[in-house]
Amino acid sequence: MPEGHTAQHRQVGDVIMKVEDVSLSFGGVRALDNVSFDVREHEILAIIGPNGAGKSSMLNCINGFYHPQEGSIYYKGNRRDTAKTFEAAEEGIARTFQNIALFKGMSTLDNIMTGRNLKMKKHLFWQALYFGPALKEEMEHRAKAEEVIDFLEIEAIRKTPVGRLPYGLQKRVELGRALAAEPDLLLLDEPMAGMNYEEKEDMVRYILDVNDEFGTTIILIEHDMSVVMDISDRVIVLDYGKKLAEGTPDEVKGNQDVIDAYLGVSHD
Amino acid sequence: MFYREAGQFKTSYQDDQAIFPILQDKVAVLALVAFAYVIPFFANEYWLQAILIQFLVFALAAIGLNLLMGYAGQVSLGTGAFMAVGGYACYKLTTNIEGMNVIVAILLSGGITAAVGILFGLPSLRIKGFYLAVATLAAQFFILWLFNKVGWFVNDNPSGTVTAPPREVFGVLVSGAQATPEARYWTCLTFLVIFAWIATNLVRGRIGRSWMAIRDMDIAAEIIGIRPLRTKLTAFAISSFYCGVAGALMVFCWLGSVETEAFDLFNVSFPVLFMIIIGGLGSIGGSILGAAFIVLMPIFLVNFPPMIGIDIATDFQKHIEEIIFGALIIFFLIVEPEGFARLWQILREKLRTWPFPY
Amino acid sequence: MEFLHAIFVAPFVDMWTDPFFLAELILVGLSTGVMYSLVALGFVLIFKASGMFNFAQGAMVLFAALTLVGLMEKGAPVWLALIVTMGVMVALSFAVERCMLRYLVNQEGLILFMATIGLNFVLEGAGQLMWGSDVKRLDIGIPDRPMDILDGKILLNTFDVTAAVIGAILVISLAVFFQKTAMGRALRAVADDHQAALSVGIPLKTIWITVWTIAGIVALVAGIVWGSKSGVQFSLALIALKALPVLILGGFTSVPGAIIGGLIIGVGEKVAEGYWGPAFGGAIENWFAYILALAFLVFRPQGLFGEKIIERV
Repeated sequence: MPEGHTAQHRQVGDVIMKVEDVSLSFGGVRALDNVSFDVREHEILAIIGPNGAGKSSMLNCINGFYHPQEGSIYYKGNRRDTAKTFEAAEEGIARTFQNIALFKGMSTLDNIMTGRNLKMKKHLFWQALYFGPALKEEMEHRAKAEEVIDFLEIEAIRKTPVGRLPYGLQKRVELGRALAAEPDLLLLDEPMAGMNYEEKEDMVRYILDVNDEFGTTIILIEHDMSVVMDISDRVIVLDYGKKLAEGTPDEVKGNQDVIDAYLGVSHD
Repeated sequence: MFYREAGQFKTSYQDDQAIFPILQDKVAVLALVAFAYVIPFFANEYWLQAILIQFLVFALAAIGLNLLMGYAGQVSLGTGAFMAVGGYACYKLTTNIEGMNVIVAILLSGGITAAVGILFGLPSLRIKGFYLAVATLAAQFFILWLFNKVGWFVNDNPSGTVTAPPREVFGVLVSGAQATPEARYWTCLTFLVIFAWIATNLVRGRIGRSWMAIRDMDIAAEIIGIRPLRTKLTAFAISSFYCGVAGALMVFCWLGSVETEAFDLFNVSFPVLFMIIIGGLGSIGGSILGAAFIVLMPIFLVNFPPMIGIDIATDFQKHIEEIIFGALIIFFLIVEPEGFARLWQILREKLRTWPFPY
Repeated sequence: MEFLHAIFVAPFVDMWTDPFFLAELILVGLSTGVMYSLVALGFVLIFKASGMFNFAQGAMVLFAALTLVGLMEKGAPVWLALIVTMGVMVALSFAVERCMLRYLVNQEGLILFMATIGLNFVLEGAGQLMWGSDVKRLDIGIPDRPMDILDGKILLNTFDVTAAVIGAILVISLAVFFQKTAMGRALRAVADDHQAALSVGIPLKTIWITVWTIAGIVALVAGIVWGSKSGVQFSLALIALKALPVLILGGFTSVPGAIIGGLIIGVGEKVAEGYWGPAFGGAIENWFAYILALAFLVFRPQGLFGEKIIERV
């Protein structure tokens, strides 16, 4: 485990998000069934579970893309589950996606700049002239975007349209777009899926660095158990929309229900 | 050999994000604009009146539609109607308000068109793609019907036409039948240059990026905090503004007097659509090239056969023109679906290493 | 005030006092609606099979009708003219596949749409170049007599009824074709996913030619029905524009949607023109269908028969 992982930034703080009895169904399918958990400031929380367990649906509820039929989600004291989708970003929640959701027609730099869109305020008039305040603002944000590019070591592909990049780099650019928004809470949906060992190692390093340097709280969905067990502070296990277990990696590892869910068990 | 960027170092983000980061481009475009301004000194009236002014008007409309479709990804077939709103609004403003400066009137009619554009852009929140395209046809048919039916729009002129009144800018007539083609040409050219520049600025800043984000992946855009409704409606508003100004110029500086027929689906909406597809979606320069191509092609088709000694009966000619026009469109789409903008890009890549590509 | 009365009160009073007029409008609307459905059907078939929003469907109607009339004017008997015209439509679908579709595989929907606008110009030009652009009468012997229902309280036309029957037969046979034959199954597979269909060995080119042929024959039927009613002329190509609201109402991919949507638009248009037209100064037919479809979409964006899409990220 990298050294910085125990640095002082990383003191897990108070609860910043409460998920209470959240249920979500599509027609007859119950994607989430009475799920409750807390998220604490600065922690790395992993959500694991078999495919179709409702992990992505959980993230979608947290950032307001789905609205759960029952239950509530509070983030920093504000109700989250009824908020509009675009409000999540305003509250400091950013995310990446399971299937890359980059803006394919735009360059890496532009993709990362969209992450800063919310922070740009200058009026249409100045933008039309690209002069004065708008120009100054654009340059300030370009500098910020360059910091992210620098952090993720993607300087060389700055001007490349993201559609042309290999998969691993696209995942990295997507992380960059989320980071550019300087989020307090970062939701990562399978950030390492489909990567080779080296790419995974890089990605783990970035995630830990983000958590470490910026104190960002991270909720992570991941299938690679060695990664999950290594980097997360706590783990939540979902199966068929229900919460099966919650606890530190070691606690979860020893939980009989979890072992059953993953390895299968005969119910006779 | 001459198209080298080696040695042109960028030392600030501002230099890096300039419209033409390469010096040669900048020089070439400035020279082209300067050339465009001196054209009237040697072009004859037919060229100015029938071709160049038409080209300028359509280029402006094409930029407008490209902002909406190429950048924000919202398909519209209502261009003709929005141009009509601009033309009729400008007519009402100049004829009903005493001492209204014509330039101010043209800009105001752009604003009015923007408001109408927002109204007809509202469905874009719920429907996408072809459904939206068909929905914009509602605007096309409804607005033209309205202008035809309600006499107020044409100042109760029984013939139903609007005629641009003569108006001066700095003591020079720029609109109406008495204005010289040169004055009208320069007016249109100035509008085009300024608004093309503004469009370039918009698309490389925050607004342009949020448009493209919505275009490329609307869900992800919303999740990173881009408000879909506001972004789409801004696109509709600004696009319609451009179309409105183009429509006003069409009435005031090009045709002089029009009926709603002039803004018909087949006369305006589809040709402008062709311009941006052939020019290149998501390219301001491409819109202008596409406009030139679509304006010039019919003229070429009319004049070319006699030039090589083929005489075609006039009633056949129209149909043959149609066939060739349609076939050329298909041909072009097959050969280069990304349009002139892409061809230009390829050419540039080649030029950078010419004559030693290895 | 008077205007509001003419919009919100008078029409309903009229409907109450003279229900037979309303019934007549509805029946006329239904028979017009069948014809809209016919044109919309051509769109839906091609959209389902190739993801192409075929704007040239209207031009195909014109082209087919012009060819038929042209042949009959040259002295060909009806049956021969019909067969030859069908042959021409088949040849057309081969030509479209050969010269256009095969080069445009995997292009975006918008590019395909633009290409069909190009095709639209070609067909309009070619049809009129070959057969002239003056209005022609088309008579293939569909009886056209007034028909009295309920002792003359409702006026109908044998022609409208025949057209409706023809439309119904065509629709039923298409439905059977789609659901019961191997070709139909292959078509549905292609509609769902081109590449997956190719990978299990469904020949894309054959499917395309088939679909365009069917669409061509649907266009011929539409051309006969419309052409016999209002003469064969350029404006026939514009009925494509009439069919578009039907598409947004019924959905681009739904055959039943095209039919029901066509009927709704047909009835809505006639009733609106009959009762509200005068208040608006007439000729509202051009845009009424669009506004109706649009209003509908605002409440049900997935269309009449579409399923609500659950978006995933």
